Amino acid sequence: MRTIYILWLRQIKRYLRSRARMFGSLGQPVMYMVALGYGFGPIFQKAGGGNYLNFLVPGVIAQTILFSSIFAGIELIWDRQFGFLKATLVAPVSRLSIVLGRTLGGATVSTIQGIFVLCLAFIMGFAPVNWFMIPSAIVFMFLIALLFTALGTCIASLLTDFHAFQIIINFLIMPLFFMSGALFPIDGLPLILKRISQLNPLTYGVDALRDVLSAITHLGLGQDGLVLGLLTLLILVTASWLFNRIEA
Amino acid sequence: MTDGSIISVKQLVKVFKPQIRAVDGINFEVKTGEIFAFLGPNGAGKSTTIKMLTTLLHPTSGEIWVNGFNPMKDMDAVRKSFGIVFQDPSLDDELTAYENMEFQGYMYQVPPKIRKQRIEELLKIVELWDRQKSLVKTFSGGMKRRLEIARGLLHHPKIMFLDEPTLGLDPQTRNQIWQYIQNLNKQEGITIFFTTHYMDEAARIAQRIAIIDHGKIVALGSLEELTKQTNTTTLEEAFLAITGSKIREESAETMMDRHRRSRGGKN
Repeated sequence: MRTIYILWLRQIKRYLRSRARMFGSLGQPVMYMVALGYGFGPIFQKAGGGNYLNFLVPGVIAQTILFSSIFAGIELIWDRQFGFLKATLVAPVSRLSIVLGRTLGGATVSTIQGIFVLCLAFIMGFAPVNWFMIPSAIVFMFLIALLFTALGTCIASLLTDFHAFQIIINFLIMPLFFMSGALFPIDGLPLILKRISQLNPLTYGVDALRDVLSAITHLGLGQDGLVLGLLTLLILVTASWLFNRIEA
Repeated sequence: MTDGSIISVKQLVKVFKPQIRAVDGINFEVKTGEIFAFLGPNGAGKSTTIKMLTTLLHPTSGEIWVNGFNPMKDMDAVRKSFGIVFQDPSLDDELTAYENMEFQGYMYQVPPKIRKQRIEELLKIVELWDRQKSLVKTFSGGMKRRLEIARGLLHHPKIMFLDEPTLGLDPQTRNQIWQYIQNLNKQEGITIFFTTHYMDEAARIAQRIAIIDHGKIVALGSLEELTKQTNTTTLEEAFLAITGSKIREESAETMMDRHRRSRGGKN
């Protein structure tokens, strides 16, 4: 427990000290909300989709968490490159507690980022359908964050350097984002794309957030929660297994 | 394990996949409280041996005893027995000196009260107490090294592994660091196991010296014994006489890296 706590605390401290990261990563979500929210809003409304901001904000929150979480997981590569990982690997603690501490820390940071975006959305005129649902929105944010931090950890356990970084962004993060229904409803997609997005874990995250924040859902909260929960568990187990195989 | 020795290595072998015998059946013992130098050219097998002694790598065969424990069977007991300063820095730059120490305290389950005392004591010894709240990224190379030594000592280890602790430091800092290490050895009775490429340091500090080359121990003894054996006057001459003066092109480490990459980047 103490190991998990100190690793968690380390991630939080690093985050709080890195203002550039804190604010820099808010730029993209704001841009999506301003450009797409205000830009596509009238068209979306005309097409009968309702208020676009209500539709978009949960998607942008999910996007923020996706990016921030995968990067938090991938930070492991930095720790390996800068040697810090070695110091933790010779300590008398289990690898599992190292993975759990790191993942919880990364996921907490991502959730905070998600909450920031939600606050920015309030300023832009977004209002949740039910304020009492905010805590459950935060729970879902944390679940999404856990899932993708663990996924980032998996990737980082397999890579030894940053050469594949661009590949991860272009072939993993961006497709996960675009194929999640964050920006547009997946209902209207061609069948094959629709199937792809149904395989995308983020789709369930976006749908869950949209349900609790804007009362719009395509899949139902129960299914979303179940898929996210099971996948998170599965990926966490995979991450610990892969991390266990790392040699210093 | 023989009485009085804290590290005992018997017929230790490490083979990396394509028949690279990085460590090829070595035997040695380190006595309790001794300062022991482990020397060898690049790629001789030094780092591989240290990794096996410190539970980071599984031996292919052979026997290791560290503080009475087998690193493969009693991993955590061995890990609690030693502190280590790696060849490359391994601090968290984004944390302060104190936080790095605190992190270590948690990782080694040092009780909070003892942790605070010990951190203060050690940071004072390495003269970083007044910089405890500075982020490590603002530290010089020498300061980082001192902090790493302090960190390695936090849990009262019996053995301290130092892998080239003075690499890339100026002579003043090197002297200072060896002074700390010698004091620790005297005052706390910690066994020191170190590697270096600075022969003068090894000659000055070590009570016994082992030289490893091509994965085999090629010499082991005190400075006098080694120089006498090779008919030389300094350790550097003895070292060159024993290991030859040919430059080593490739280390076991780089061979291993290449091997890892050829397996598709798996690690």
